[in-house]
Amino acid sequence: MLTPTDKLHPRHVGRLLLAVVMVAAPHVERLPWWTTTLGIMLIVWRAHSAHFDLELPRKWLLVLIVVGTMGGIYITYGRILGRDSGITLLIIMLGLKLLEMATLRDAMIMIFLSYFLVITNFLYSQSILTAIYMLCAVWVITAAMIGFQYRVRQPGYLSQLRTAGEILLQAVPLMVVLFVLFPRVQGPLWGMPQDANAGITGLSDEMSPGSVSQLILSDAIAFRVAFESQIPNSNQLYWRGPVLWDFDGVRWTAPRLPAPLQHEYLPLGVSINYTVTVEPHSRRWLFALDLPARTPPRSIMTNDFQLLAQAELNTRIRYDMSSYLSYRDNAAPARYELRRALALPSGTNPRSAALAAQMMRSSSSERDYVSTVLAMFRSQNYSYTTTPPPLYENPVDEFLFSTRAGFCEHYASAFAVLMRAAGVPARIVTGYQGGEINTVGNYLTVRQADAHAWVEIWLKDEGWIRVDPTAAVSPARVESGVASAIPESEALPILRGDHPWLRNARMTWDSLANSWNQMVLGYTPDRQRQLMRQIGIDDATWRSMVMLMLIAAGIVTLVLTAYLLRRLHVTRPDPVIAAYARFCANLERRGVERHRSEGPDAFCRRACAAVPELAPSINTISNVYIRLRYGSDAQPADVLTLQREVNLLRGRKYARPARRAAA
Amino acid sequence: MSQQLDNIVRQVGEVILGKEHQIRLAIACMLARGHLLIEDIPGVGKTTLAHALAVTLGLQFQRIQFTSDLLPADILGVSIYERDAGSFRFHPGPIFAQLILADEINRATPKTQSALLEAMEEHQVTTEGETRPLPEPFFVIATQNPSHQIGTFPLPESQLDRFLMRIEIGYPDAGAERALLQGIDRRDLLPTLTPCMQPADLAMQQRNVREVHVAPALLDYLQALIDHSRKSTDYVHGLSPRASLALLNAARAWAMMDDRKQVLPEDVQAILPGVVGHRLFMARDNTRINGADIARQLIEEVAIP
Repeated sequence: MLTPTDKLHPRHVGRLLLAVVMVAAPHVERLPWWTTTLGIMLIVWRAHSAHFDLELPRKWLLVLIVVGTMGGIYITYGRILGRDSGITLLIIMLGLKLLEMATLRDAMIMIFLSYFLVITNFLYSQSILTAIYMLCAVWVITAAMIGFQYRVRQPGYLSQLRTAGEILLQAVPLMVVLFVLFPRVQGPLWGMPQDANAGITGLSDEMSPGSVSQLILSDAIAFRVAFESQIPNSNQLYWRGPVLWDFDGVRWTAPRLPAPLQHEYLPLGVSINYTVTVEPHSRRWLFALDLPARTPPRSIMTNDFQLLAQAELNTRIRYDMSSYLSYRDNAAPARYELRRALALPSGTNPRSAALAAQMMRSSSSERDYVSTVLAMFRSQNYSYTTTPPPLYENPVDEFLFSTRAGFCEHYASAFAVLMRAAGVPARIVTGYQGGEINTVGNYLTVRQADAHAWVEIWLKDEGWIRVDPTAAVSPARVESGVASAIPESEALPILRGDHPWLRNARMTWDSLANSWNQMVLGYTPDRQRQLMRQIGIDDATWRSMVMLMLIAAGIVTLVLTAYLLRRLHVTRPDPVIAAYARFCANLERRGVERHRSEGPDAFCRRACAAVPELAPSINTISNVYIRLRYGSDAQPADVLTLQREVNLLRGRKYARPARRAAA
Repeated sequence: MSQQLDNIVRQVGEVILGKEHQIRLAIACMLARGHLLIEDIPGVGKTTLAHALAVTLGLQFQRIQFTSDLLPADILGVSIYERDAGSFRFHPGPIFAQLILADEINRATPKTQSALLEAMEEHQVTTEGETRPLPEPFFVIATQNPSHQIGTFPLPESQLDRFLMRIEIGYPDAGAERALLQGIDRRDLLPTLTPCMQPADLAMQQRNVREVHVAPALLDYLQALIDHSRKSTDYVHGLSPRASLALLNAARAWAMMDDRKQVLPEDVQAILPGVVGHRLFMARDNTRINGADIARQLIEEVAIP
């Protein structure tokens, strides 16, 4: 083994460089270009000096690079500490350390830095692919470290990789114990709050023309739902999100301070139960089918049946829900609510208001009026598209009377305006509609592309009821999803007519990712406590958890140690004895049984006399065996000879006893 | 086997007809630097064998006929006052020879027997306070009649242990007997024997015996045999460490005589009757049954590892 001050061999450097490149590579897409270039230059420099056995650069040059890098990072990020800037600094420092690395001591520091860099990758992604890649990186780093055990002659990289693999495999039980029993902390372990979820697309608490249709370009997953029983029909899957009350002529917005639930509704039929796993979206709302029957932990329900978590969802969360698909919400709303649901900014969209008044006059009831409006959408050449013409000052007027092409937000907005103008209280509900059933994992995947907006109106006798004007224009949207509803020519993130096997592969992968999310990333303090209860520890504190963890880790270590020690002592069955035993067994089947106290030479003579046709083979085997077992001049190749000869003999046909008797 | 040893076996075989195995055992015993005890009824050629061996090995030979009135001094020698010199002078006994034939050793009294046996073990004799070395090499070939015959003093176990081997010659088979009857007196053939080797050659052969390779696997077998003799309830007591050394050396000699560089289990099995026959006593009747039977039983019961 090298001692800490021994010089490194170029091969050690090469393998270490491989490990460093492997852990740093995923960061490249996030690093500023100049850092990447500098990093590559440093690595190439080190490889070059290792290959030609050059001297490493002087200290003052390295100090200069450090100062320059710090300045560059400050200019790029505006700070030195922080997630992105910190990792950039770390990578450059790693590169500089390479240029300082002359002895084993330095190389060991590199190894530990590389292990640390593995962790930083999880600050950005915790997907299965990242985990697998990082596992490979740990493997390569470990193999590089094992290489330091040898001076110049190394047993070959593959052998080092195998040793490293064995070591990692031995660590697996301990890893499982630590994963299951290490006391969990609430909140994201990896995600850093300030900039972790920047740039995530999703629903917002306001809606203007084009705000939903832009989401259709995103195939990002909004949430996944596992149903306890049958998945309901697609046209019943209205996932309720923010409810928008206020309209300024262009934009619908949600109330700044939502009122908590103050009334009850009348469920019709039985509730359906399901579990939702929401991807982080930096907002507070949780999604549930219309209408939610209960409130998940650490969240509230508003008076318009929105579910709001106590804090923004910066990490994936999972909750059990139940909903009533049919209901009657006919409690009398407060006066201010009705007022709010009727408010229209004066002077905007005047033609729509006139049309509403005209149609209302010709309708016998409010119900009749609703039907008239929906019939208008259905019959008067309105079209459903993700790329409608732009709308300007009075978007509803322009949409209703001239462009007549729009996405769900256009229809919902126009419908709600027509309702309010005619004196029917209306509000817009945004959320998601439908979802893709994953036949592999038997759950429902709801993507951002499934975003939808619909309208709820209040009728005196019936209370709040859902009306989806989009369904009137494009029934396919709610029957079979957005992909089949919009025209063929328009772009979609999800392949529409994709091959069955491709679809299957996509579903399998999503199912795998879902399991990973549920089992590994979704292993929260709650689920840990739940698990503890299942094994009989009712109120697990972190103290008891640590105790349990230490005991389990101790047991695992003891068992592993015992196993490994035993493996050291177990002598493998001697190949020579084994081969000779096979030889004897074979001859026994041929009718020559070796007595247990019969020497090999005596047995050879007897066997040759008994089976003369095999005499040459028997002689060879016996002589090689005697040389191997009792001789002093056996060659390693003799073992192979013995095994080959014994196998050849076993291949020889058996003389039929009958024929021999006849002979 | 070297030419010399081959010659010895052949020449001795002409005198003792049909007993090649016994002859080879006897030579192996001497190559392993051990003393030999030949036990059989009178008249089967014990003395002739010993004599023939001495001649062909080229050793200086002395024969001592043991009788019940033989005294230690008769073997070791006495100091006699010489009037001319005015002092005692030691007259060496017959024991000062390279090969002693102790004929019918069990006819002498234990005191006399022990005088011989001490010399066998120490390769030196001490008389009248003075220690005198015996010549090298020094062999004793003792013969004895089966101890149930009249007028014998059976050798105690401890003294039997000093002999590396005990062999039995047994009756000749019919063919050998006929040849014996048809031919001339065997004793007359003895003078026609010629030495086949010098004492130096013998010493070299003895060194060669030490060179024969003993593999761990063979030691395993040897130890299994010894272990069995100690644990089995068939024997009064097991084989001593001296016995196990004797087994090993005799097996080496046997392997060398078989022209092999390594010892095989077969070698151990071949010399086992000679080496353990006089060392193991059956617990059943506390008698020494035929050594070959004891050895056969031991071999049968112990598997070759």
